[in-house]
Amino acid sequence: MSAIADSTTMLRRNFTHSVRYAAMTLSGLLLPVLMMLMFVYIFGGAIGPAISAGTGGGVSYIDYLTPGILVMAVGAGSASTAVSVAVDMKEGIIARFRTMAISRGSVITGQVVGSTIRTLVSLALVIGVALLVGFRPAAGPVAWLGAIGLLALLILAFTWLAVAFGLVVRSAEGANMASMPMQFLPLVSSAFMAPDLMSSGIGWFAAYQPFTPIIDTLRGLLLGTPIGNSGYLAVGWCLGLTLLGFLWARSAFNRDPRR
Amino acid sequence: MTTVPSGQAIGARGLRKSYGDKKVLDGVDITVAEGSIFSLLGPNGAGKTTAVQILSTLIRADAGEIRVAGHDLARDPQAVRRAIGVTGQFSAVDSLLSGEENMLLMSDLNHLPRRDGRRRVAALLERFELADAAKKSPVTYSGGMRRRLDLAMTLVGDPRIIFLDEPTTGLDPRSRRTMWEIIEELVAAGTTIFLTTQYLEEADRLADRIAVLDGGRIVAEGSSDELKRLIPGGHVRLTFAELGGLDKAFTVFPGSSRDDETLTLTVPGDGRVETLRHVLAALDAAAVTVDDLTVHRPDLDDVFFALTGHSATTDKEDSR
Ligand SMILES: Nc1ncnc2c1ncn2[C@@H]1O[C@H](COP(=O)(O)OP(=O)(O)O)[C@@H](O)[C@H]1O
Ligand SMILES: [Mg+2]
Repeated sequence: MSAIADSTTMLRRNFTHSVRYAAMTLSGLLLPVLMMLMFVYIFGGAIGPAISAGTGGGVSYIDYLTPGILVMAVGAGSASTAVSVAVDMKEGIIARFRTMAISRGSVITGQVVGSTIRTLVSLALVIGVALLVGFRPAAGPVAWLGAIGLLALLILAFTWLAVAFGLVVRSAEGANMASMPMQFLPLVSSAFMAPDLMSSGIGWFAAYQPFTPIIDTLRGLLLGTPIGNSGYLAVGWCLGLTLLGFLWARSAFNRDPRR
Repeated sequence: MTTVPSGQAIGARGLRKSYGDKKVLDGVDITVAEGSIFSLLGPNGAGKTTAVQILSTLIRADAGEIRVAGHDLARDPQAVRRAIGVTGQFSAVDSLLSGEENMLLMSDLNHLPRRDGRRRVAALLERFELADAAKKSPVTYSGGMRRRLDLAMTLVGDPRIIFLDEPTTGLDPRSRRTMWEIIEELVAAGTTIFLTTQYLEEADRLADRIAVLDGGRIVAEGSSDELKRLIPGGHVRLTFAELGGLDKAFTVFPGSSRDDETLTLTVPGDGRVETLRHVLAALDAAAVTVDDLTVHRPDLDDVFFALTGHSATTDKEDSR
């Protein structure tokens, strides 16, 4: 009972922080949208026809791209989570929380929930703008639910990992570095281009890294393209990373605080 | 609320804590009576903060038995946390929230009903002279204001036992005096205070019992008066223009010690005005001309020198 009350209080604190860091929050929300527009209007002309040909002519580039941008938005959100956790852990008030009779994990819960909400807003923005510039998903209600569910799993996985990074590295720069893979691995995945269109070494990497099955599954759900066994791989990766992030974050938080 | 039958607020036996090879606390016993002020006195690096961090459940001791507010700290830290409030050496406020928002956060985390919480917060801000700055970020506060906010936040939950880690270090004299008055009011209301300080004067003024911490051990413990008896008192140092003056003065003050090279005479005394007047009168009566005079009151250095044989301020590591 008090765990819920305390986590809600911490979530409110986290939200106030987002408001105080308005510029950072806003740029975090807008970055994925700008990224998408850049790919559609600058690179779309070059990559689009190959993608269209590769999928038998049925998929426009914005349709192909949107799932990848959604995943990138989750990655970008987790990077800012890692940074804000690292910065927050330096606030003197964290030591005070640890000597108060409050639910132990409530600080972290507040950060995870706050970050999840911010990322969801960012995803809604991406989908809204994508629809405006021509995104035409073929998904029915069940497939949409599936897509949202997968994105939620991904957010959970990345947020816990990001919290663990933030707790372990203890500096904004370090946290940003640690979460680079979550931000930039999507670039070398099927997000913007089909792996078999890439040069062989990079294509092999792109085909087997976790982002590719996640993006392929999302794409399949939204556009009706074949998913194959990517679905299991995607859910497996998400659950595995969530567990890893959660356990790591918990042990890092419960360690005696250093000064 | 549970009452402590023994009237003991804090009891610790054989506290030990090491960081790597460094023994920070090496078998420390602490007993604090309910409703009293206990002061842990020691120089920078003595282990005061470490002791506070252990007793306030922030870090774990390597060894030792601890009871706080009648609860075993190792077995039920959450019960201990319900009884205590901590104002650490380093500011424990949220710099992104305003002073008032920090206070309201404490009210929420103490699960006070909304209306009661707001009333309590407003009263504390008023009492600590923070009402005008309540809407501002603590980053803009002066050192004294930040300390007061820190303590006010601790008081929102109305703790029975309060830890204050060097509450006046770095404050100007006026802010220091305000802080002392607040502490005295708290004890008058029945709160137990565990205070650490580097200043003998502070421990002297506030504490019922003082424990001197050095090299990870308690080297002396007692009331202020008991401790002072262990300390060689202050002295008056007289400097003369020529040896004749020194000779004459030496016969006037039998307990004094002379240094012919620097032409100084050290006269033991507690450094009060009364004593000083007495010294001057005696010099006048003997018609000795004094070139220079300095008064030396007993300070932490003297306590340390008397108790440990080394100076308190030689330990220069981590002066923050
Ligand atoms: N987290 C830590 N890691 C390593 N050494 C520490 C740590 N905390 C304190 N120390 C060392 O322990 C000693 C006592 O520190 P502290 O308790 O802060 O003393 P005080 O509060 O009396 O100044 C110091 O030498 C300090 O450097
Ligand atoms: Mg200290």
